[in-house]
Amino acid sequence: MSDEEDDLILADLPDDELVPQMFDDLYDGLREEIEEAVNILLSRGWEPYRILTEALVGGMTIVGKDFRDGILFVPEVLLAANAMKGGMAILKPLLAETGAPRVGKMVIGTVKGDIHDIGKNLVSMMMEGAGFEVVDIGINNAVEKYLDALETEQPDILGMSALLTTTMPYMKVVIDTMAEKGIRDDYIVLVGGAPLNEEFGRAIGADAYCRDAAVAVETAKTFMARKHNQVTHAD
Amino acid sequence: MTSPQDGHTLTELGHPPSQPGASVLVIACGALAREILHIVNQNGWTHLDLTCLPAKLHNRPEQIPAAVEAAVLKHRGAYGKIVVAYGDCGTGGQLAALCKRLEVTMIDAPHCYAFFEGSARFAAHDDEITAFYLTDFLVRQFDAFVWQPLGLDRHPQLRDTYFGHYTKLVYMAQTEDPLLDDIAHECATRLGLAYERRSTGYGDLPSWLGTS
Repeated sequence: MSDEEDDLILADLPDDELVPQMFDDLYDGLREEIEEAVNILLSRGWEPYRILTEALVGGMTIVGKDFRDGILFVPEVLLAANAMKGGMAILKPLLAETGAPRVGKMVIGTVKGDIHDIGKNLVSMMMEGAGFEVVDIGINNAVEKYLDALETEQPDILGMSALLTTTMPYMKVVIDTMAEKGIRDDYIVLVGGAPLNEEFGRAIGADAYCRDAAVAVETAKTFMARKHNQVTHAD
Repeated sequence: MTSPQDGHTLTELGHPPSQPGASVLVIACGALAREILHIVNQNGWTHLDLTCLPAKLHNRPEQIPAAVEAAVLKHRGAYGKIVVAYGDCGTGGQLAALCKRLEVTMIDAPHCYAFFEGSARFAAHDDEITAFYLTDFLVRQFDAFVWQPLGLDRHPQLRDTYFGHYTKLVYMAQTEDPLLDDIAHECATRLGLAYERRSTGYGDLPSWLGTS
């Protein structure tokens, strides 16, 4: 980074330069700069939802694309996510106050026997960024915990994650139990995790396999749109 | 058979076949080269040859099936039989499907930690979901294989993002080597985990190779 960039004063930038600068700062995982820029945009009268979608999600979309293309790797994505989290922490209470649109609700958790949550956490964050309400039930979830969360939270979507070949079959246990209880079709079931693939998703009876956080968001939006269309049609 | 390459070469490049006239080729992960060569030489199994794919494929498991397939097709004409010394290794069943299609045998285990301890014994540790495993190879190659690919050399603050839910590092030792024990212990300290050493030897690997 040049000295000139080191001396960059975010507050001096007009909006049309500050937002691209936020993309760069997200890309570089600079949490403090993102937090500062979010506060600057708020002080200039930007709606929290606009900051979230145009600046933060816009920046993370670039990160996601470069990750998919093999330009960025996991450590850099985690740093970018951490920076976005800093911005989201400022915006979240304001989003609730300003009545930002809610696209849908998701319960998400890593399956029993698995403690890995990096992918799950990225999905949670990007789903929140896209306007979903996310209830994250954490790691190592037995089927009972998923069912309790579905009953309590009444989400539109259930998301399950697994990193291990040995734990991913547990997703089928959850889906089969939902089917036995007659509630399988009440929810959109999305699955993801490094060893999974589309074929596995189909085989266990999930609605879709999502290979990364960006795909999860797009898939969730598509299913929600279909759900709304069905409701409209029924009316 | 020639002695194994150094750990860096096994991680980045793998190991070429070196036993002309052998009837069986073992296509293995570079992380198993030393151990397989030791077992083969110890038993005088001159009918077995070994080639290894780069061990670093383990950090991109989705690439393992294609690399194994290319190796099988490349060497198929030169050997009477080919076996694949990989477990599932994070391929989500894709490697097993490939081996079935190519009609070659692979190791029936989720990964090398499991067959080094013995798959049945390993599976019995259902209370160990918070354990992070190292083998001799991984202890030797900890920086190249774990620390650097996770970016912890550049961004040590990410350590707890990766390892926050782990509680202990289990070193599954194939050999009795106090130096490796010390290094493994240090790895545990660097990851902020408790340390346990478990002497496994080669586990299920010799018997699997013996039937190949």
